Amino acid sequence: MAIHDKINEKSPWTDITEGNKIYEAATSRDFCTGEWRTSTPIWDDEKCRQCLLCAPVCPDSSIPVRKGERTDFDYKHCKGCGICAKVCPFGAIHMKEGKNEKIF
Amino acid sequence: MEQVWEKAYNFKEVMNKPERLAGGHRMCAGCGGTVTVRTVLRALEEGDRAVIGNATGCLEVSSFMYPYTAYEDSYIHNAFENAGATLSGVETAYRVLKKKGKIKENFKFITFGGDGGTYDIGFQSLSGAMERGHDMVYVCYDNGAYMNTGTQRSSATPQYADTTTTPAGKISTGKVQVRKDLAAIIAEHHVPYVGQSTFTANFKDLYTKAQKAIYTPGPAFLNVLSPCPRGWGYEPSDMMNICRLAVDTCYWTMFEVIDGKWVLNYEPKNKLPIEDFLRPQRRFKHLFKKENEELIPLFQAEVDKRWEELRNKCE
Amino acid sequence: MAIRERLSGNEAVAYAIKQINPDVMPAFPITPSTEIPQYMANYIANGEIDTEFIHVESEHSAMSATVGASAAGARAVTATSSCGMALMWEELYVAASNRLPIVLALVNRALSGPININADHSDSMGARDSGWIQIYAESNQEVYDNYIQAFPIAENKNVHLPVMVCQDGFITSHGVENIMLIEDDKVKEFVGEYKPEHYLLNADERIAIGPYAVSNYYMETKRGQRQAMLDARAVILEVAEKFEKMTGRKYGFFEEYRMDDAEYAIVIIGSAAGTCKASIEHIRNTTGKKVGLIKVRVFRPFPEEEIARALANVKAVAIMDRSEMFAGTSGPLGAEVRAAMYQAHAKAEVVNYFYGLGGRDITVSDFERVYENLEKMAETHTVIGMYDYIGLRK
Repeated sequence: MAIHDKINEKSPWTDITEGNKIYEAATSRDFCTGEWRTSTPIWDDEKCRQCLLCAPVCPDSSIPVRKGERTDFDYKHCKGCGICAKVCPFGAIHMKEGKNEKIF
Repeated sequence: MEQVWEKAYNFKEVMNKPERLAGGHRMCAGCGGTVTVRTVLRALEEGDRAVIGNATGCLEVSSFMYPYTAYEDSYIHNAFENAGATLSGVETAYRVLKKKGKIKENFKFITFGGDGGTYDIGFQSLSGAMERGHDMVYVCYDNGAYMNTGTQRSSATPQYADTTTTPAGKISTGKVQVRKDLAAIIAEHHVPYVGQSTFTANFKDLYTKAQKAIYTPGPAFLNVLSPCPRGWGYEPSDMMNICRLAVDTCYWTMFEVIDGKWVLNYEPKNKLPIEDFLRPQRRFKHLFKKENEELIPLFQAEVDKRWEELRNKCE
Repeated sequence: MAIRERLSGNEAVAYAIKQINPDVMPAFPITPSTEIPQYMANYIANGEIDTEFIHVESEHSAMSATVGASAAGARAVTATSSCGMALMWEELYVAASNRLPIVLALVNRALSGPININADHSDSMGARDSGWIQIYAESNQEVYDNYIQAFPIAENKNVHLPVMVCQDGFITSHGVENIMLIEDDKVKEFVGEYKPEHYLLNADERIAIGPYAVSNYYMETKRGQRQAMLDARAVILEVAEKFEKMTGRKYGFFEEYRMDDAEYAIVIIGSAAGTCKASIEHIRNTTGKKVGLIKVRVFRPFPEEEIARALANVKAVAIMDRSEMFAGTSGPLGAEVRAAMYQAHAKAEVVNYFYGLGGRDITVSDFERVYENLEKMAETHTVIGMYDYIGLRK
């Protein structure tokens, strides 16, 4: 269950946690910041050599690495800053104008 | 016993560690602050628990906006000026509860503050925590101004920077004073580890310093240049280039102080002129006007002076 | 068997802390509370307790570290006075809104300026809206007893609020009095082992504390805090009842002294109640006039209805404030007691006097004059000196 199913802007005061404490980790995953994007990184896995230089520069932890290899972008959270595209030595990431709705 | 940081840096292995800062936080697109947080937290050993502290600032209001926390670890924000003292309390609680047998797990204590919360309003609290010797790491994500409230000058703001409280104007050329050298001041507390870093291609420098800071017993301080595209006025996608220019001009120096011994970690093969770092940033735009042409040589002289001083300390 | 001793108020608090053996105590020296951390440091230095002391560099850091320790899952305490608590101000609100069961020993002292080290209530009264439970003492015995009761109140799961245990600087903090101490094992049993449910160092969960909460959540959060303060009322009385069973000493929201038949009443907080009681005995013995006293012990939560009920049958009341609030009208106790009486449609004439600011003495004869004024007010239905000072040179 997402955190906002339990606590949201309609919750009565009795549902607000004591002292505003949250008893779970990483509930921000439930929040979509991908909607902020004005341009979208597109990953070309054929050009990608898995050097991983894109992974640590992402401010939004949106380039998941699994078993030593990057996977496709986490578009739910990627804000489209474009840092990854600039650091890629192989031209495997390009920025596409717009939010790119299909990926929601 | 081999220390964790003595193991050869394997970038792939490091990037394969589980992410400890989740997406969905509200920091700006292209923010350097969360890149610092991710990298420092990555340096934790996988089995180790951590309590993350945080001074009020961009990071705090964006990474724990009720009910959304971005942290995989337990987290506490208290106020703006007291991240050092707050984590002192947490760390002390850990020691006493461990002594009383109420806690079995190993915990590490890492707190983040911006330069406003660290150099300025939280300076006393930080100094106290470092002096008392708590086993904790204080990480300053230094973006050189009070960014959360809209780019007001701090004592970390570089000289001549145009901020909202030191605006460049008809008779003003931006901030009057030079930057405070906080890492050196904390080193003078005789703590076992101080490191200054920023982002490099594979993040080895920052990651290794974070390992040392976390796994050296006692208090440690990390000062990390963390670019802010909004406050500095550069293209958000240019973060890594800005960092490169900061270190290749020697505006930002990469060093560590280990038990009082100063170590220089990076010396550019070709030291670039300071203009290269200043030009891409809106906050220094006025320095390139005809009437201000004497200022860049003054900026350069300050950079050169500090660089020489640092090299002398490191010899 | 209880232990008969002679202790100062500060030593009594320190002794209670030693008996409770909390986990963490950050503290910073300030007159007149300095002795409390000093005694603690000695207990620690001699291995008598295993509390960890944090030598913080300010009171702001003292409360910040106490908040950190408490959030981490430790039983955490601190002590301060006056400007020290003023420096904690921001953190008092954080401690309360984070719902941390911290116990603060406050040795009341006037706030600057001018700098003054003696007793008045300007420090704690200024913090009356911070969300802390406030319990005041007349004597060393009371501050010791209140301190021990503070833990089961603060830590009750329906409460989870910080408690400020207040005593008057120098008057009780440094004055040595006879005191009955409770045996260590009984104190330990009464206070119990601290077992928090949610805390930073909990092995079984991840927790995040101290969010940014936008206006969609802030008001609901404050309502929750209010509920804790409301629920604290019953808990305070339950704890007092349990304490009475253990010691025979009775506590409530306030003490009613010779109020059964009283026509003229004084409402006061703290050590001056003792002087007032002496004047009551003297007046009753020499004139037979029916004078009485309400000594407020619990100021937060404020026992509004109970105080109004206790004053329902008197003809005139003097509410005595040991701090100014510069409204140009009443002091804090004056404002709240008067509001309570108004709501209860009380008929008594009411005045509000300031006394004892910055440690100014108040004497038995001062109280006698107050009762004389009350008698005149009741006869003439005219208030004499609505917001007057006692002991001010004119």
